[in-house]
Amino acid sequence: MNLKPETLKQIDEVITHYAAKRSATLPLLHLIQEDIGHIPDEAIEWVAAKLELEPINVYEVVTFYPMFKRKPVGRRHIKVCRTLSCALMGSYKVCDTFKKEFGVELDEVTPDGEVTIEFVECLASCGTAPVVMINETLHENVDEQKAVDLANEIKKESGVRSQESEAKP
Amino acid sequence: MQQRRIIFKHIDEPGYTNDLACYQRNGGYDVLRKAVARPPAELIDEVKKSGVRGRGGAGFPAGVKWNLVDRKSGKPIYLVVNADESEPGTFKDRYIIHQDPHQLIEGTMIACFANNVKQAYIYIRGEMPEGARILERAIAEARAANLVGPNILGTGYSCEIYVHRGAGAYICGEETGLIESLEGKRANPRIKPPYFPAVLGLYQCPTIVNNVETICHVKHIIDMGGEAFAKIGTPNNTGTRIYCVSGHVQRPGYYEFECGKITLGQLLNDVCGGPRPGRAFKAVIPGGSSSKILRFGETFTLKNKDGSTRTLAVEDIPMDFDTLAACGTMGGSGGVIVMDDTVNMVEALANINAFYAHESCGQCTPCREGSLWMKRITARMVHGAARAEDAALLKSVADQIPGRTICAMGEACAWPTQSYVEKFPEDFGNYYETKKTPRGADCVPLI
Ligand SMILES: Cc1cc2nc3c(=O)[nH]c(=O)nc-3n(C[C@H](O)[C@H](O)[C@H](O)COP(=O)(O)O)c2cc1C
Ligand code: SF4
Ligand code: FES
Repeated sequence: MNLKPETLKQIDEVITHYAAKRSATLPLLHLIQEDIGHIPDEAIEWVAAKLELEPINVYEVVTFYPMFKRKPVGRRHIKVCRTLSCALMGSYKVCDTFKKEFGVELDEVTPDGEVTIEFVECLASCGTAPVVMINETLHENVDEQKAVDLANEIKKESGVRSQESEAKP
Repeated sequence: MQQRRIIFKHIDEPGYTNDLACYQRNGGYDVLRKAVARPPAELIDEVKKSGVRGRGGAGFPAGVKWNLVDRKSGKPIYLVVNADESEPGTFKDRYIIHQDPHQLIEGTMIACFANNVKQAYIYIRGEMPEGARILERAIAEARAANLVGPNILGTGYSCEIYVHRGAGAYICGEETGLIESLEGKRANPRIKPPYFPAVLGLYQCPTIVNNVETICHVKHIIDMGGEAFAKIGTPNNTGTRIYCVSGHVQRPGYYEFECGKITLGQLLNDVCGGPRPGRAFKAVIPGGSSSKILRFGETFTLKNKDGSTRTLAVEDIPMDFDTLAACGTMGGSGGVIVMDDTVNMVEALANINAFYAHESCGQCTPCREGSLWMKRITARMVHGAARAEDAALLKSVADQIPGRTICAMGEACAWPTQSYVEKFPEDFGNYYETKKTPRGADCVPLI
């Protein structure tokens, strides 16, 4: 495991927040995922050793919580809210727009490693539906036009060519 | 209709920032200063007198909950603030956390002092990374100012608050699932009895779990006194309540009113501007996605105290806990989701069913299998493969879940199906008749 010194420091600090080490499982997994992007087998074993647990104790946690990823995701992780309030305001079309713009299906990574699109459940911002999170930033009232604009911004930043023509129906 | 903003007093106020200096310029932490000079039992008494009911979903009186805490076990008592905010349609805690975090921290410290808690956690959903950072920064500021941590304000009383992030699972909002998650495990809820948090909670110690909004109310209760608080709102439904309105209204958003002093019709028409142009309301979910749906046009005949009866239309229902319950639904989390006449209820239910099937923790067969079946049936209806028996089958699956599961998610996942099928027979019947989606050109897909 090649974690940044800063991450290791935060890990040692966060373990002190709990009366039982095992409680630090989620915080450690968050810190590791923020550092290296996903949770490989090696990380599961490392966390287990650090918290004096069996690897299965950590593995079952990783597989339970949707935010922990076993494989790398795109550098831009686009999470479109799927649940009722957002759906009522058009989030299914917004999600399709992103898929078309980047030529990927849900949960895939674009070949250049830039983008993953996920259709997630309620993000607790239903009053400004539809909402989309891109990495840690929340975008509100995202209609199809705004989705195209956001996609263009990402393409410009990452130098991705528009893959619209190859998009699946 | 005039809002009465107590909790949301400073939300969206120009120039109001979420740092300690701004909070203190506005009287912040004065209530904590006064509270720590009083006997803790007196503070619990104020909360009891206030009658404040939990804002997380169940509406359980906070004072009664605090009274149930086992104080003789010799074990430490924990307090956990439930900031999971995961019930679809609910979006109030988000604004408290992002814009006024010190209000929550002050409320937490008062609740901790009253209950002799030395260690509190704020469990915030994983999808609010910015909120978690804001809270951490605010706690650090408060610690530096001797308002959190060892020997606060020189009183000899010490209490730490830590922020704990979830990771995207709805069931972490259920209090015992939350506790399991805080212990570093899957968020599998625990069975009650024996695992009432007040007795056997975090690390099998007595634990208080309260919603963010409830904890903020505590600050104002101690400030104005329990009796004064009890005069706000309506009897047994005291204080203000934040209603989160989303879906098909002209002005969705968050609105704080005295509990029960506003009707559903006033909220949706006067405050939220009514339906979109050329549309009419069809249905409304009054308290988060799991509450039973209300159909515009239906009426409710309720008993008055003197034995007489009164009849209410959906628009006449006061937005309190008791009347909504008497109408067969609930005030729940305050999340009001509105649907107009463009919506087909089978599609809306298919959307909700997909949510619950995704979020069941899987421990109990009725919830795990039932939520999947309800999802599958509504999905096949929407996709043109409805069968004659589907409406009856949905009802029969849903009817077999409540009361047979470890946690209240069993009810939460069954109530939508039970109420949608019962109240919108024409939508559910049509699917079989036409074998295709009767979706108008101006409808958006919901599944
Ligand atoms: C499936 C399910 C999900 C829940 N989600 C939340 C939630 O996101 N936030 C919350 O405060 N309470 C939630 N609750 C209610 C909690 O279990 C608990 O009753 C509440 O946090 C207690 O706080 P209160 O008394 O202040 O309302 C949920 C309950 C269930 C059954
Ligand atoms: S009712 Fe559902 S969510 Fe609750 S414990 Fe059982 S399976 Fe899990
Ligand atoms: S339904 Fe999308 S944020 Fe709640």
